[in-house]
Amino acid sequence: MTGEVAVLGAGMHPWGKWGRGFVEYGTVAARAALADAGVDWRDVGSIVGADTVRGGYPGYVAGATFAKALGWQGARVASVYAACASGAQAVNTARAQILSGLADVVLVVGADAAPKGFFRPAGGDRPDDPDWLRFRVLGATNPTYFGLYARRRMAVHGDTLEDFAQVKVKNAAQGALNPNARYRKRVTAEEVAASTVVADPLRLLDICATSDGAAALVLSSMEFARRHEVADPVRIRAVSTVTPRFPTTVLDLPDIATDSAVAVEPAAETFRASIARAAYEEAGIGPEDLSLAEVYDLSTALELQWYEDLGLCGEGEAAKLLREGATAPGGRIPVNVSGGLASFGEAVPAQAIAQVCELTWQLRGTAGERQITGARVGITANQGLFGHGSSVIAVR
Amino acid sequence: MSRTRTRTPVVPGWFAGEGDDFRLLGTRCSACASVFFPREDAFCRNPGCPGGELAEVPLSRKGRVWSYTDSRYRPPSPYVSDPELEWQSYALIAVELEFERIVVLGQAVPGVTVADLTVGMEMEVVPGVLNEDAETTWTTWHWRPTGVGA
Repeated sequence: MTGEVAVLGAGMHPWGKWGRGFVEYGTVAARAALADAGVDWRDVGSIVGADTVRGGYPGYVAGATFAKALGWQGARVASVYAACASGAQAVNTARAQILSGLADVVLVVGADAAPKGFFRPAGGDRPDDPDWLRFRVLGATNPTYFGLYARRRMAVHGDTLEDFAQVKVKNAAQGALNPNARYRKRVTAEEVAASTVVADPLRLLDICATSDGAAALVLSSMEFARRHEVADPVRIRAVSTVTPRFPTTVLDLPDIATDSAVAVEPAAETFRASIARAAYEEAGIGPEDLSLAEVYDLSTALELQWYEDLGLCGEGEAAKLLREGATAPGGRIPVNVSGGLASFGEAVPAQAIAQVCELTWQLRGTAGERQITGARVGITANQGLFGHGSSVIAVR
Repeated sequence: MSRTRTRTPVVPGWFAGEGDDFRLLGTRCSACASVFFPREDAFCRNPGCPGGELAEVPLSRKGRVWSYTDSRYRPPSPYVSDPELEWQSYALIAVELEFERIVVLGQAVPGVTVADLTVGMEMEVVPGVLNEDAETTWTTWHWRPTGVGA
């Protein structure tokens, strides 16, 4: 048992395309989380920023950038980057500081201001950078990888385009109830089917947008939470930040090829499945104990993949689980009750933190119209490119 | 007006040969026999390997479709395309090579669309052209269904 940390506060800047800088969004989210926690910024002993690669130098030193914006007060600082998993790395850094006694209260912040259109690599000719190479040599955008995974599921498991569309319908209905979501309109299966194909077989409404947004958490030791008179806080019980094991057998962003398994037999479990397993083992729970899950639905088909990787159902059974309504509100294991990336769009360094914000509100019972009755245990899951696992388990 | 452009691989050392002799080039570790594509020349990435010499090795010509998709919108730079011309989508195919137990992504030969493809279909690697500028024809590899003639 690693030990738990308390979630004292959660806050966001709404997702959208607001035309302002990431520092402004992050500061709004940080202030919201501090206010929610009832903690004065000057009493925070450490700040951890999840970096953005789209904001110039201030983005690479996000922790200090946010500390300066909030007003220098001498706190310990760290800045972390792990692509889509940056938020989980930031949470884990904060947790490690708290559990080791280096800090009592830590502020975690992630924010991004996303460009229009496809994500693209950093500028300059860099033929030793796989992210540059996949664009130069193949024109392989992120959605083409999502298309590959979707087509593979259709061929191997018999998933249909209608199944994928139903994921969007489910998540859009939840996004309509979430004031922090960018897209707040319900969507029909017909609208998904009528949207333009981006990367066969996926359509525009199967694929998440890129957004501006920010999320923040105030984490503390259990002892500090008691002193702060929070008797029964939401607690983070596990943070999984595992890497893959050689040889990888699933083609992952931004790679042009998998590892070769000619000399070493691959592990029975895929990388994504190992992310969740590590979290379950650390928390001492299993998928049967979950009240809800927030997963990284970069595409509708990828949400179905996560059902299997989290052990919510057996391999190949995700579409069946969806069709039964098990992952909708009121079902056995509601998934993406926040509306997911389908309703938010991706604000890379904020996203994994936003997932934990939703767990926090659900476990407190303050999620309003989205509330899952009696939620006690939640899991988040995502994967950052270049081999970053990310999963957080929170309980109350 | 026509003049001779230099044919240059888009990435040096990833493929070589003409016609039926065309091959993707990887490297193989002399200690553990792991194969790498894109090639590793400095270190073996098998965590259980003490580290051997990495020697160039041609990959199998043929494999089977692991999955496929296409690119209906113009990819951003550094992909090179003429913004004056209407975007023509192309298929991307992930092909599993049975002997090497590796999946390699590549563009389909021009004219092959997703409608022509199924998972499990046999493919072969052939030389292709990625783009041309004033002085250079940038060459690459393409995947082509084995049932299709040259």
